[in-house]
Amino acid sequence: MIEILDPGPLTTVQDLGRPGLAHLGVPPSGAADTLALEVGNRLVGNRRDAAALEATLIGPRLRFERAATIALTGACEPRRITVAAGEELRVGPCFSGARVYVCVRGGIDVPEVLGSCSTDLLTGIGPAPLRAGDRVAIGPEPAGDLEDVSTRLLHDGPLRVVPGPRDDWFADGALDTLCRGAWSVSTRANRIGVWLDGPALERARTDELESEGLVTGALQVPSGGKPILLLNDHPTTGGYPVIAVVHSNDLPRAGQLRTGDTVSFRLYP
Amino acid sequence: MNARRAGDRGWLLEADVPLDVAAAVRVSFGNRVEEVVPGHATVLVVGDISAGELLAVEAPPSSRATGRMVEIPVTYDGTDLAEVASLTGLGVDEVIAIHSGTTYTAAFLGFLPGFAYLVGLDERLLVPRRPQPRTSVAGGTVAIAGPYSGIYPRESPGGWRLLGTTDAALFDETRQQPNLIAAADSVRFVPL
Repeated sequence: MIEILDPGPLTTVQDLGRPGLAHLGVPPSGAADTLALEVGNRLVGNRRDAAALEATLIGPRLRFERAATIALTGACEPRRITVAAGEELRVGPCFSGARVYVCVRGGIDVPEVLGSCSTDLLTGIGPAPLRAGDRVAIGPEPAGDLEDVSTRLLHDGPLRVVPGPRDDWFADGALDTLCRGAWSVSTRANRIGVWLDGPALERARTDELESEGLVTGALQVPSGGKPILLLNDHPTTGGYPVIAVVHSNDLPRAGQLRTGDTVSFRLYP
Repeated sequence: MNARRAGDRGWLLEADVPLDVAAAVRVSFGNRVEEVVPGHATVLVVGDISAGELLAVEAPPSSRATGRMVEIPVTYDGTDLAEVASLTGLGVDEVIAIHSGTTYTAAFLGFLPGFAYLVGLDERLLVPRRPQPRTSVAGGTVAIAGPYSGIYPRESPGGWRLLGTTDAALFDETRQQPNLIAAADSVRFVPL
């Protein structure tokens, strides 16, 4: 077992989520930085979709009741460490990026809900965010060997966006505006979405859009013109037009955006 | 039909009958689709499928979306009954009789797990959303707004007009089929 001594601002259990249920109104959820989850799981020899702890801005303080091999990835230098029985681990603050992953050999073993261990903050599906005093189980020893995964370099280039599906609802030049400047991440940034601040994206059509399906990475633009970059716990449908969608390969970086960051976009292809 | 790009792995199909298109896409592509999400006038498809393949899908009669009949017992005690009556020029009894005298169809689900957008609302009950949404609407609240009727599956913010309450469990993740109402189901409200 692992005892949570201090979860920090927000620590949840995350795996690869529950895709495939959007038609029931169930968000995909899952790790916001799937690449970090995968790297961490490989470092400790887990299946790549094993559940881990996802901590936000400041990592948790944990006590391991038995010896364990763990990996820290995401908003920190990826590294593998071993902890002894009874040892306390203080993960510490994220210096670059918003989320750090604590992957434990064997995975975090909590009951699945609708096929996933992930906490969904929009709907409350899955385990509640961890609180001080909670204890979570470590799963059985996996068959896989520890893998030495080379350090991931976070490249700082613009996030690539595919225009649409509703780019034609915006004034000429709105896509250029989106891709020209640097956007700042406002104080509202969570697993549901990242509210961006910058020049307003002008609409060409002001009529109401009827509700339609949304994908993770969508840049949804409410009437004020400031886009919201939707992350994993986003609502499955919405009625604000989506001007462009972040490329799936760049979503792990989107999942690391934090308040005060700047982010820019470029058209793909 | 028209296909709009929805990221590198998705397409948003504009469709006259989204439910039929959604059913046909599932039949045609099986495991190749990750998500098929009907909306009001669209179907979002996520998976490694080209627009050409999607646009070639014809909805065969066998894939026509059909559903079950779901009856929802309702206590018509909603906060907004009197307001809806005054907005529509009807009496409260008439509002209840009209709302419960209609068979609805679940057009699509969204907003919250288990929230079905029910179409078929009698035109006499067309009222806009509240100008300011409430910060909290109780789970099990039966409400209307625009062309829709719906039931809040759990406590949440909401801007619809509240007509009544039900004990029906709209979403229970421990059930084999977690949602009580599926797209294409028929729904009737039975006054208690």
